[in-house]
Amino acid sequence: MCNNGKKDIYLPEFATVLKNESMTETENYFELKLSSGKDLGHMPGQFAEISIPGIGEAPISISSSPTKNGSFEMVVRKAGNVTNALHSVEAGKKIGIRGPFGTTFPVDTVMKEKDILFICGGIGLVPLRSAINYCLDNRSDYGNVTILSGTKTPAERLFTDELVQWQNREDVTLLETVDYADDAWKGNVGVITTLIPKINIDPAQTITLICGPPIMYKFVLLELMKHSIDHGKVYVSLERHMKCGVGKCGHCQINGLYACQDGPVFKYADIAQVKEAI
Amino acid sequence: MSVLKIKQETLTAWVSELIKKTCLYAVQAKADKFDFELLEDAHALRLDYDVSNIPPKKYFQPPVEELLRFNEQEFKTTVDDSPFVLFGVHPYDVNAISQMDKLFALGNKDVHYLTRRQNSTIVACDVENASQNVFSGCLGFATADEGFDILLTKINGGYLVDSRTEKGQALLKHLPAAAEKATAADLEERETVWQNNIKLLQKHKLKARPEAVTAALDKAYNNPLWEERAARCFSCGSCNLVCPTCYCFDVQDDVNWDLKSGLRYRCWDGCMLQDFATVAGDHNFRKNKADRYRHRYYRKGKYVPEKIGVFSCVGCGRCISACVTHIANPVEVFNKIMEDV
Ligand SMILES: Cc1cc2nc3c(=O)[nH]c(=O)nc-3n(C[C@H](O)[C@H](O)[C@H](O)COP(=O)(O)OP(=O)(O)OC[C@H]3O[C@@H](n4cnc5c(N)ncnc54)[C@H](O)[C@@H]3O)c2cc1C
Ligand code: SF4
Ligand code: SF4
Ligand code: FES
Repeated sequence: MCNNGKKDIYLPEFATVLKNESMTETENYFELKLSSGKDLGHMPGQFAEISIPGIGEAPISISSSPTKNGSFEMVVRKAGNVTNALHSVEAGKKIGIRGPFGTTFPVDTVMKEKDILFICGGIGLVPLRSAINYCLDNRSDYGNVTILSGTKTPAERLFTDELVQWQNREDVTLLETVDYADDAWKGNVGVITTLIPKINIDPAQTITLICGPPIMYKFVLLELMKHSIDHGKVYVSLERHMKCGVGKCGHCQINGLYACQDGPVFKYADIAQVKEAI
Repeated sequence: MSVLKIKQETLTAWVSELIKKTCLYAVQAKADKFDFELLEDAHALRLDYDVSNIPPKKYFQPPVEELLRFNEQEFKTTVDDSPFVLFGVHPYDVNAISQMDKLFALGNKDVHYLTRRQNSTIVACDVENASQNVFSGCLGFATADEGFDILLTKINGGYLVDSRTEKGQALLKHLPAAAEKATAADLEERETVWQNNIKLLQKHKLKARPEAVTAALDKAYNNPLWEERAARCFSCGSCNLVCPTCYCFDVQDDVNWDLKSGLRYRCWDGCMLQDFATVAGDHNFRKNKADRYRHRYYRKGKYVPEKIGVFSCVGCGRCISACVTHIANPVEVFNKIMEDV
C-alpha cells in the first residue's frame, strides 16, 4: 500500500477547534485553526468538508472573510450524524478538514466599484457573511452596500452582534425581517421578498448575491426581475447533497453541472436555463 | 509489435503460467451466466462468454473501497497498488474503462482509481457470442482500438494475440513456446470478425448515430416518456449497479471498537435510488421517479459526453437484462426521443 507520492483528494488535514459556542437552538458557531498553522486560503463563497473521524464528512461553508487571518469560522446547524457530532466537539479538540472547494463570489472582479446587494435567507447569512465582511474590510472598493436578512423567527437570527454593528454603520444599509414576530420584535414582519420594494437600487450599478433555503430563490429572483435587474448581475449560492466535494461522486449534480466544482456560487445568467437549478 | 497466432492449447498453457505469476481475474461461468472472478484453473476461462453479470469496473472501483485510515494522530491514505491482470474484457467494457480513466483523471486526480488502473494489465477479447441485449454495434463500441494491453481475437484454428503495450509484452514473455506470426490472411479474418461484430452486436437498433441522441436530448426534457416509463420504476438502482459507466459513490466511516481509529470507504451508489439527491431538511432535488429516470439517460447521452467527448452508454445491454420491469432499455428511450424531436 502506498500512494505513489501523489496527493489524495480525499485526505483531510487536522484543524483545532478554538471555539464552539451555541448561537441558537440548532446552530453552533465554530472557530477553527489548521494544525499546520497555515491559513485555509479560501475566498468568500467557498466551502470545506468537515470530518469527524468515525462519523463522516459534511460540506460546510466558510463564514469568515479571508481578510481575517490565523483562523476561520463556520456555523453548523444540527441536521444529522456529522453535524450533531460536531456540536459536541469541545474546544481544543481536533477535527478533519478538506478544502477549500468550489467557486467564489466575485469580490475581487465583477463586484469592484459596484453597489452590492446581499440577500440572506436564514442560514444563508453564513456563507454570505464571508463576502459581506470582505467588502466591509475593503470598503472603499465598493459602492453602496445593502444587506437584506430574513429568518423565520427572531430566535433564529445569527450573528446578532454583527447585525448591530452593520446596522450602526453609516456606509451600510441593513434591513431585517422575520416571518413570525414575538412580543419583543419591533422590526419588519414578512418574508424576505417584502424587503426588496423598500430599498433603492440602481439596476445598472448593482451586483446581487443571494443565499438561502431552496424555496427562497424563485421568489426573490421574481421580485428582483421587477426591478429589471440583469441575470448577469446576480450570483446565487446553491446547496446540494455533496459527498466528495471534488467532482467525482455525482451527488451534487444540477443537470450537467457539479455544484461542488462549477458552484456552489453560480452567476444566475449561467443557470437560468438549467432546469434543476432553481 | 506484430500480431501473433496461437492455438487454444497454447492459450490455456499460457494462462496457466500467468496464474502462477500474477493475480489474474478472468471471465468464468457462474450458474448459467458469467462473471469476472479470480482465475484458479486455466480451463475455467470462458472467452466464449456473452456478457458478464457485473462489469469489470469492480476491479478499478470496488463496490466497497477503503480510502483512508484514521486514528487520533493522523489520517492516512490507503491505496491498493497490487498489480493484477484482467483477462477477457469485451470491447464495450474496454471502451467503458477508457471513459472512467478520463473521468477519474479529469480536474482532480483520483489517486485510488488511477493507481489501480496503472497497476492493471488488460487483456481484451473480441466478442465470440453476442448477448441477448447487446447493442454496442450501434454506438461504435463493438470493437476497441485502444484502452487494452493485448487484444485476443478468435479465428479459425486459434486466437490472434495483438499486444500493443509494454505491459502486454511482459505477459507475452510467459507464452510457453515461440508463437508464429499472424499471416495476412489471419489479419483479414480478424477484420471480418470486427465487421461482423459491428452488425451482430445490434440486438436492439438505434435509429441514428449517438451524436443525434445527444442533440435530441436538448429538446426532450419535457417529453412525456420520462413520466410514462418511470411510472413502472421501483427505484431499485439495478440499472446503475450493472452499468460499466455508472461510477457515482457514497462515502462512509467505519469505526473500530476503541471508537478512535477506523477507516473511511466509498461504496457504489446510484442516481436512481430515492434519496440520492436529498439534503438536510428532507429536501429532495430529484424527488420524482421521473426526475431520477431522466437524469440517468441525460448522463449517458449528454452530460458525460459533453464532458469527455464520448457517448457514455457503451451498449452492453446489462441494464436491459437487469431491469425486472422492462423500462431500462436505452435504445427504446433514445429512439423515442428522436422520433419526437
Ligand atoms: C456547499 C454547502 C455548504 C453548506 N454550508 C453549511 C453551513 O455553513 N452550515 C450548515 O449547518 N450546513 C451547511 N450545509 C449543509 C450540510 O452540509 C448538511 O446539513 C450536512 O451535510 C448534513 O450532514 P449530517 O451528517 O449531519 O446529516 P446526515 O445524518 O448525513 O443526514 C441528514 C440529512 O441530510 C442529508 N444529507 C446528508 N449528507 C448531505 C450532504 N453531504 N449535503 C447535503 N445534505 C446531506 C441527508 O440526505 C439527510 O436528509 C452546506 C451544504 C453544502 C452543499
Ligand atoms: S432497474 Fe428498472 S426498476 Fe430498477 S431503478 Fe433501474 S429502471 Fe427503475
Ligand atoms: S446504460 Fe445500460 S446498456 Fe448502456 S452502458 Fe449502462 S448498462 Fe450498458
Ligand atoms: S460532491 Fe461529489 S461530485 Fe460534487
